[in-house]
Amino acid sequence: MTTQSDNVLEDIAPGTFDTEVTSGRKNFGKLMTGLVIGCVVVAILPLGSIIFMLLKNGLSRLFQDFPSVFTELPPPPLVDGGGFSNAIVGTLITCLIGALISLPVGILTAIYTIEFGRGNKLSQFVRFCTNVLSGVPSIIAGLFAYGIVVLTMGNFSAIAGGVALSVLMMPIIIRTAEEGLKSIPSEVRQGLVGIGATNFQGVASVILPATLPFIATGATLALARAAGETAPLLFTALFNQFQARSLKEPIATLSVLIYNFAIAPYKNQNELAWAAALVIVALIMTVSVLSRTLTARKVY
Amino acid sequence: MTNPSTRPNPSSATLSEDIVITTENVSIFYGAFQAVRNVYLDIPKNKVVAFIGPSGCGKSTLLRCYNRLNDLIPSARVEGKVTYQNIDLYDPKVDPVEVRRRIGMVFQRPNPFPKSIYENIAFGARVNGYKGDMDELVERSLRGAALWDETKDKLKQSGLALSGGQQQRLCIARTIAIEPEVILMDEPCSALDPISTLRVEDLMHELKQRFTIIIVTHNMQQASRVADYTGFFNAEATEGGSRFGYLVEYDKTESIFNAPKQKATQDYVSGRFG
Repeated sequence: MTTQSDNVLEDIAPGTFDTEVTSGRKNFGKLMTGLVIGCVVVAILPLGSIIFMLLKNGLSRLFQDFPSVFTELPPPPLVDGGGFSNAIVGTLITCLIGALISLPVGILTAIYTIEFGRGNKLSQFVRFCTNVLSGVPSIIAGLFAYGIVVLTMGNFSAIAGGVALSVLMMPIIIRTAEEGLKSIPSEVRQGLVGIGATNFQGVASVILPATLPFIATGATLALARAAGETAPLLFTALFNQFQARSLKEPIATLSVLIYNFAIAPYKNQNELAWAAALVIVALIMTVSVLSRTLTARKVY
Repeated sequence: MTNPSTRPNPSSATLSEDIVITTENVSIFYGAFQAVRNVYLDIPKNKVVAFIGPSGCGKSTLLRCYNRLNDLIPSARVEGKVTYQNIDLYDPKVDPVEVRRRIGMVFQRPNPFPKSIYENIAFGARVNGYKGDMDELVERSLRGAALWDETKDKLKQSGLALSGGQQQRLCIARTIAIEPEVILMDEPCSALDPISTLRVEDLMHELKQRFTIIIVTHNMQQASRVADYTGFFNAEATEGGSRFGYLVEYDKTESIFNAPKQKATQDYVSGRFG
């Protein structure tokens, strides 16, 4: 054993302390640092270039006869001007419907899996399903909503679009709510039991309020995801040239408008698609920043 | 050493007081593992009873069976009979939530709720249906836990902003606010500094006028300072290699520390092991 360790390093002769790192090691270190920086640049490049392109192509249209883009309806082909007020309203409405469905279901699911069913078969199964659901392609969520809402109601509608989005929002909300519930120390739960609180009293008055920052984060993340989805809306919410008069009618959304107008052979429509893209990215970034500030206010 | 299950019942004979809790031949299991074996032990009213013994001897497990906190662990099972006011606590008709309203608990680590100091106390009272003057109850409970002077100007602040010792006294205030008859304390001072510990111990002397206290402690000096009765628990290995805890001796605190009847108790209290 000792003979081996003797041979690992050369003996340091007195007076040979040299502050210079051998050039091979130094260059290798520089190379690796360069590589890491290069990767970072490559990673930021797509976002940077997207934002640059959006600003370059969308900004001018957005502020050309402001605020008509935000107040007017999409123009017919070969007509100048117009806007996408109906699509902004439509995106907000479909996302709201999605949130109204997925928030209660998602939060209560998380409460079951963490608070009451911790580790049992059912909650493990729910976990597994949540993971699968979060990997389901969004167009499949659209097909699902088409099957259960559009076919039964007989037409495309804002409700169908909201249901499709709720399927995509659900796993995000469940997962963040679960994270929030897990962050609460088990001592607090024992304390609740110790003072004679029922499960409902404990969860409703102490556990859930302490989880709120996480739930708010999950909700905003889910909204950001849903606001940008196109595929599940194509055959659920469809599109509408006008303001939808009820939730049972097809409704315009920003993402579908971008899809339709970007491939239209008209310059005005293409410009509107750029402007809409800028609006939707700005919306998602605002929501993401909002979720950051909400997470910062953690209780534990 | 003889098998403890065949050893004569080491408790009860010495007690001639009002009994509030009885423990008859209680064994506690986690799955197939037996954590506590054949305990007989009676808790007298308005006294402080300390459970001492080395780690893993089942004293906390036994404490938690008095307010059915072990119910939270799915694999835990209690055999034998635990009665409170002559009612079998493990009768299927008994609601564990109701048990915990009568038998409060203070935990090892201070665990105030993420609410204001005021709400920490008001919440417990409210869930138990308290309808009286809440301000008065909060003040009375904080005074009872010797915390009023330090917190009267900041009742709206979060309970989590207090120091560890203050948090633990807040938890005691929260427990006495629901007016239980018995307070279980699971190593309440193990996370506290010596000065905070002293304050909590002083508090226990006052609290026993109104409550019965059962305290689990690793600290033998603490047991000798606060307890009227002391139970010494020890752990022993079975043939299979797993360990179980059992009650070695239960008597007046002076007897346990000055004239123990069992050699294991003598060895433990004199610091020869544990």
